[in-house]
Amino acid sequence: MMFGEVPAPLDVDPARRILGLETEFGLHFDTANSRAVTPEEVAGHLFHSVVEWGRSSNVFLTNGSRLYIDVGAHPEYATAETDSVTQLVAHDKAGERIVHDLVADGERRLAAAGLEGTIYLYKNNTDSAGNSYGCHENYLVRRRADFKSFAAVLLPFLVSRQVVTGAGTITRTPEGAHYSFSPRADHMWEGMSSATTRSRPMINTRDEPHAHADLYRRMHVIVGDSTMAEPTTFLKVGATDLLLRLMEARLPMQDLALANEMQAIRTIAHDLTGTSTVELADGRRMTGADLQEACLTAVREYVGDVIQPSAEVDQILDLWERGIGAVRSQDPSGVETELEWAIKHRLITRYQERLDCSLDDPRLARLEMAYHDVSPTRGLFNRLQADGQVRRIVADAAIEHAKTEPPATTRAALRGRFVSAALASGHDYTVDWVHLKISGSEPKTILLKDPFRNTDERVDELIAALES
Amino acid sequence: MAQTTANSSPFEDDAPEPDAPAAPAAQASLDALDSLLDEIDEGIQTNASQFVRSFVQKGGQ
Repeated sequence: MMFGEVPAPLDVDPARRILGLETEFGLHFDTANSRAVTPEEVAGHLFHSVVEWGRSSNVFLTNGSRLYIDVGAHPEYATAETDSVTQLVAHDKAGERIVHDLVADGERRLAAAGLEGTIYLYKNNTDSAGNSYGCHENYLVRRRADFKSFAAVLLPFLVSRQVVTGAGTITRTPEGAHYSFSPRADHMWEGMSSATTRSRPMINTRDEPHAHADLYRRMHVIVGDSTMAEPTTFLKVGATDLLLRLMEARLPMQDLALANEMQAIRTIAHDLTGTSTVELADGRRMTGADLQEACLTAVREYVGDVIQPSAEVDQILDLWERGIGAVRSQDPSGVETELEWAIKHRLITRYQERLDCSLDDPRLARLEMAYHDVSPTRGLFNRLQADGQVRRIVADAAIEHAKTEPPATTRAALRGRFVSAALASGHDYTVDWVHLKISGSEPKTILLKDPFRNTDERVDELIAALES
Repeated sequence: MAQTTANSSPFEDDAPEPDAPAAPAAQASLDALDSLLDEIDEGIQTNASQFVRSFVQKGGQ
């Protein structure tokens, strides 16, 4: 039974937004053993320790996040509800460490089953056969009746965002290889839809707010690349959040609707010179950088108005501007410690020069995989960062903290407290984004509909019941 | 009366800056990148093709 009255939703400052990231990791078992081993089997061993304490391979952790095995045997980490971009970066990075922490035990169990080998987890978006998996962004937005047209305004921004926040990748074609802005771009099939695996839209319009449905909707963005560089993730989410603030305030914005989003995202992805134009619905033609600049200009106009100035906003706008400038000037040196496509391009280009090989050489593909390896000792991104070659947004201590502690200012704080108390008590329990439940002969369930509410007497009572 | 307007060394400020030694920070960063590539080179080159091909997984969302 439910108990306690659901409290009224909090009146929240419009500048605050609930933000979350879901990352599907690539899972690769490298073994000399001839027995075929499926990704499902490897994932099973990898998650054995999770199942041991959580009795499921789909669990919520004490930091409020969700960890599970998704479609295609991809380990997935969904951050808890955060309410600042910087905080989100810390929780996203914590996820990389949490999945990495499963590897040693998974390898031991595979070895015990007669499969000696090494597990690699990649925070990337494609495997060698071209299968794609995603990084989904969640933005809680104030509900409005015209959600679909509201979301449509975002599409030109999302289609062109890759020129600044794309992960960059070597694209292989029958005619040879070239470097593109985004590995995810070729896997997008339409602008908006309520399906994900079948049609792969850029924005998923399924109405699952995990919050008061009369107040909020969740903008579920599927088109982005997974990014390892903290400043890139920071800009990817930060710029999107700022644009959403303008849209929520119903401020007039230039109509940038594209004639064909699917074609445009590919055209922009495959032209590193940034000069190819895409057609707008009104017949104009613009480059990816033009579209981004139009969005940046619109946002700048409202700083001091609906966008309160802050150090975080300054940082977002500065990097956004420099990222656009790097494409326009064809000089990535100003962003090659911050934007993922440029960091990776520099690494690949340098290694290609050394090997004196073509871009489709398998050794460069191997290098690209190594870049995305989440291992702190083996992964090339992590080694570049440890060498001081990538700018940081959050301190290591903040990431370590985020591995076990939930964001203090959102609903995640309640979930984290409950999970910690339930684990300590040994009681059976069930948790999802909006429910906390003590199972057993006298089940008790709480519905948490307000993602901004971080204190709740009902949760205090529930935890007291666990401890009694 | 003679005017004495001339500076003792009128062109001092116009002297070109000595050429900056090829951006030392950039060079140091490139050296660090090269030494990382030195370290990983052998591992990357060993069975690269087979290693890459063996990473196949179904798509996700």
